[in-house]
Amino acid sequence: MQASRWLKPAFVPSHSRVAVLVALAALLTLLSPASLYAVPLGAASSLTPAVNAVTEEQLTVPVRAEADGIPVSLEVAVWRPDGGGPHPAVLLAHGFGGSVADLREQGRKLAERGYLAVGYSARGFGASGGRIHLNDPEFEIADARALVDLIAARSDVVTEVRTDGSRDPRVGVVGASYGGALALMLGSTDPRVDSVTAYITWNDLADAFFPQRARTGGAAAASDALPGPFKALWAARFFGSATAPARTAESPASSAPPAAAPTAAPSAIPPVATPPAAAPTATPSTAKLPTAQPSPVLCGRFDPTVCRLFLAATEAGTPSPELLALLRAHSPKPLLAGLRAPTYLVQGMADSLFDLSHADATARALQAQGTPVAVRWIDGGHDGTSSTATDDEDALTAWLDTSLRDGKGASGVPGFVYAAPIPRRQSVAPLYAVPTYGDGAGSVSIAFAPVDRPRSLANPPGGTPAAVSSLGGLPIPATGGAAYQLAALPGQSVAFDTELLTDRLAIVGAPTVRLRVTSTAPSVTLFLTLWQVTGESASLPRKLVAPVTFATTPGVPTSVEVALPAATWTVEPGSRLRLLISATDSAYAVPRTARADRIELADAALIAPTLNGTRVAGSADSETDTESIGVALAIIAALLAIGAAAAWDRRQRRRDPVRPDLADIPLTVANLVKTYADGHRAVDDVSWEARRGQVVGLLGPNGAGKTTTLRMVMGLIAPDSGTAYLGSEPVHPGAPALAHVGALIEGPGFLPHLTGLANLHAFWAATGRPTEDARFDEVLDVAALGDAVHRPVRSYSHGMKQRLGIAQAMLGLPDLLVLDEPTNGLDPPQIAAMRPILQRYAAAGRTVVVSSHLLAEVEMTCSDVVVMNAGRVVATGRVADLVDSADTTVISLDPRTEVGRVGAVAEAIGRAPGVTAVEVVDDSAEPRLVVTASMPRADVVRAVAATGADVVGVSSRRHLEEVFLGVIAAAQGDDISTGTNDSGAAHGSGGAGGSVGAAGAAGSAGEPRSLSDRLRQVRSR
Amino acid sequence: MTYQPKHESVRRERRPQAPSRVGAKTRELSFRAELRRQLGRRRTLWSFVLIGALPLVLVAAFAFGRSSGPVTGTRLVDLAQGGAANFAVFTYMAAAEFLLIVIAALFVGDAVPSEASWSSLRYLLLAPVPRARLLTSKLFVSLATLAAALVVLVVWSSLVGLVAYGTAPFTNPAGGVLTWAELAPRLAVATAYTFVTLLQVGAFAFWLGVRTDAPLAAVGGAVLLTILGSILGQIDALGDLRHGVPMYYQRAWLDLFTPTTDWTAMRHGALWSILYAVVFTGLAYRHFRRKDVLS
Repeated sequence: MQASRWLKPAFVPSHSRVAVLVALAALLTLLSPASLYAVPLGAASSLTPAVNAVTEEQLTVPVRAEADGIPVSLEVAVWRPDGGGPHPAVLLAHGFGGSVADLREQGRKLAERGYLAVGYSARGFGASGGRIHLNDPEFEIADARALVDLIAARSDVVTEVRTDGSRDPRVGVVGASYGGALALMLGSTDPRVDSVTAYITWNDLADAFFPQRARTGGAAAASDALPGPFKALWAARFFGSATAPARTAESPASSAPPAAAPTAAPSAIPPVATPPAAAPTATPSTAKLPTAQPSPVLCGRFDPTVCRLFLAATEAGTPSPELLALLRAHSPKPLLAGLRAPTYLVQGMADSLFDLSHADATARALQAQGTPVAVRWIDGGHDGTSSTATDDEDALTAWLDTSLRDGKGASGVPGFVYAAPIPRRQSVAPLYAVPTYGDGAGSVSIAFAPVDRPRSLANPPGGTPAAVSSLGGLPIPATGGAAYQLAALPGQSVAFDTELLTDRLAIVGAPTVRLRVTSTAPSVTLFLTLWQVTGESASLPRKLVAPVTFATTPGVPTSVEVALPAATWTVEPGSRLRLLISATDSAYAVPRTARADRIELADAALIAPTLNGTRVAGSADSETDTESIGVALAIIAALLAIGAAAAWDRRQRRRDPVRPDLADIPLTVANLVKTYADGHRAVDDVSWEARRGQVVGLLGPNGAGKTTTLRMVMGLIAPDSGTAYLGSEPVHPGAPALAHVGALIEGPGFLPHLTGLANLHAFWAATGRPTEDARFDEVLDVAALGDAVHRPVRSYSHGMKQRLGIAQAMLGLPDLLVLDEPTNGLDPPQIAAMRPILQRYAAAGRTVVVSSHLLAEVEMTCSDVVVMNAGRVVATGRVADLVDSADTTVISLDPRTEVGRVGAVAEAIGRAPGVTAVEVVDDSAEPRLVVTASMPRADVVRAVAATGADVVGVSSRRHLEEVFLGVIAAAQGDDISTGTNDSGAAHGSGGAGGSVGAAGAAGSAGEPRSLSDRLRQVRSR
Repeated sequence: MTYQPKHESVRRERRPQAPSRVGAKTRELSFRAELRRQLGRRRTLWSFVLIGALPLVLVAAFAFGRSSGPVTGTRLVDLAQGGAANFAVFTYMAAAEFLLIVIAALFVGDAVPSEASWSSLRYLLLAPVPRARLLTSKLFVSLATLAAALVVLVVWSSLVGLVAYGTAPFTNPAGGVLTWAELAPRLAVATAYTFVTLLQVGAFAFWLGVRTDAPLAAVGGAVLLTILGSILGQIDALGDLRHGVPMYYQRAWLDLFTPTTDWTAMRHGALWSILYAVVFTGLAYRHFRRKDVLS
């Protein structure tokens, strides 16, 4: 918004003050958009009636010529609603430095609302001719009356014809800043105006540029007092915005590069001036800087008189009486007696150019003469934008609708609305209202903390360095503590703190203080600011300065009452106010002579006005908590979604029915299938069962699916299909039936920081069952860890953890004990010790399932076996049945028999009648022949003996390993359909048979070789 | 070798009954049982040691270059030596910036994946602890531990401050003095508020932990999320969108120590945190309920 914020505070040396001032002014104007001074009537208005289509007319209206006879015409735009009518009319006036282009949007909005809007570029601005007279009643105000004539002549405007035949249109005037003063002055001088709206404008231009907040000797009228210090910074901006090259509507200033400013300043003749207004009296190259004879280069489109007086004041730092008289005449103040139309005054608290006192003076004058008036204090102004802009627009619309369209006076808005300070973490000021401006005001007296001795300050020679408190609308670069340090220069300032406030205080208006000043000079200039101090940090919530200048007698105390800047403050309990009095202020021209002042508080209290307004429901309220409500709703939605998802899952959950027929079987595995995410089918239609008293061995090579099956049995992973039953209960995660199962799966898992015993207790505690059911003593006997149970598990060896894991599985002596590779990490004696334990455990009527790939171990421990390979069950049955069969005879030969001799024996036997197969087990310690024959075993032995072989043993049993490899080979043969003649391997009925060839045996035609290869294949999966 | 029981004989034996579970049976993985699992852990112990050490380290740090003049300043740290109250609030603020976030991520995020990494998770599920119950116990106990850590920090730093700097009431650098009677309830509310804001970190870590089974991923992920949030929170271009960034309002409890408390930011912060906590906790339960436990 404020393009000028990049400017750094400039300390202007006095000898080149004018030149720098002009350059600075030119730069400022290039950067500062005039839209800042436009009345906000934007698109965001919430009061939206039917929208009319709008037609724009462009006119050129001749008005009074300049004093030197140069004719002047104004560029005028009319925005009228299509159809309907007649309409009430609104005359729009732009701000200083602006033009009719700035009014277009506002005019269209008004036309859409049913008003006929007329906007124009004031004399000296935009494409209009003439020079700037600063709202001279003879020129600018007369021009505005000419436009009212224009409106009166239109047939589409609500007009009444008076008795004398003249036409009185229903017309209101709306303007901001320069246009605001025009609105007041037009309303004061033209009785046809029915409604006046003046935004952020002046009451007395002399007071605006030479503000005086001192009231000496009780004289209240500031105009009678000495003019205050010159508001040099603002004067530069004000002046510069007219001397700089005029901006056209097509090229807004904000788009011009700042670098163009210094070169642009000399060519200040407006390129769009229609008549040859600016006489070419001097060429830019020969421009001098004579203040007595200002050239157009310096003055731009200013009227030469105004320009000369301004430049003189800038040089001197004090006004000439002539300038003061001119400024006072170009102000609403002397004319207000003629203003009878309802008037709406909007003034800002972020406005160091025209502060609230101007609106206050205007409002009081109008009230005194009975003119209906409404006042609004916003927190914007020339220094910033209003935080309540939307609300401001709505109020203006309501004001126009009632005062102008409906002719109901000032009833559209409350008599006084003010913006309180923006609360922490909010962005919009809360608005308060009272029915009548000036009513209900109270005041509180805030005591200053005692001051032990008089305090002094000095005005520095030359007036520099100057304190920085407000920069005429430019933001102060530093914040917090630094801001205060810039404002309170040591030696040049004194500060008085109030006592800590105990209650929250809302100040509305201008607080006052009384000082007693003893100076070394006949004239004293001081700048007062009101800070809020919380803890150690001082802040200046309203960046406004109260300047005072008064005459005094050196060495004699003078009392002076100072009105601090009017605004609203909220002072929190526990904080205090600080009155800072400074000899200098960088926004003002200050005396250059050195001076020392002793400053005392004449009254030990600050008098603060208060007001109890009622809160206006506005945009600040709607902002209060959409976020909380939104997030709270989101939480509720999330909870509902979670509830719905849980309910859906419950419905979807596959719950297999209870199978009462399986009640007597501790574990039934029925058609389990599991495919992992990577597509590997680990378990494929596996079914088996484990009955009471059995020790079931789950055999299979690595990767056969043993562990996956057991995980499904335990409910750790969900099968794709099929079910495991514990008794009659189907297994699912957390199934209560799992309480009857103890398990060791894929190694033990313990909390490393707990001892072995504590781990068992912790596990048992997690089951929630009574401690006495755990049978810790019996179980610890199984673990046989001795004193090691009192050591943390992290110190255990693998075997110790394994034994503790088996012990944990046995806790509570579950009906079903599932041990996955229990012998891992155990040494042979421990394995041997484990064997009878498991057998005794099952013998008591319980069930043990042991998965292993150690065949000998399973053979010795298990009563039953389930052989798995590649995710399938390839054999099940009793161990005894598997290894023992009637048609098989195992004949052990003398170890000293030669290898070739064994083969010969095998061939000889193979030829015997009734012998169906002979295999050679080429064990160097005990070479064996496995003979399958239909004849009785005694005949087989005889036949072998007949070959002359040295028979040392005969057995009916093979080792489980041989059976296992045979079964695997057979399954593998089926799987891969080799097509080879596997007769010897596949003949066993019910999967309970097989043939095994020893690795490396040259015996039977290469078939053993392929078997062992296949086994390797299986193992590698 | 010798053991070959006949099925018939087995069937006639007494079927060992499940232990009589009348009366003494409690819930699976009771809070007490879970607490015992967690308390002896080194990460728990070290976290509390760290919290205990922090005020002492701060006192030692302040002892360097301590001037004898009155304690003044515009920042909380400048006033930390003014008294136990200021010291406690400063210590709490210092810890809340990062330490407490890490501790929250650690306590809550690590609860499930640590069991997975010890392989003990499957045994808990076999006990059998229903899956939802397991998460509930873990969540409750870890949050209770976190709450205890916060309380210990506040009480302990107050005690340390009392010994080191005396009993002066709280002075807010931004204005106002709070007596102990005014300060104590505000400290309690600040602790509660911090706890609520940490819920979002905890829940996120919890969800990551349940998903990944990796303690480091859970804790690191949650801390990274917080760091990312604080980076996003500094980007003005995001405007009000930043309010939804996790932990955006984590310092809102400082509002409590101003003379008049503005609850807006704390209300927003608490609501956002609860929203994230609900969402991530819900996701964690949903994921764990159907998860294949392979660890």
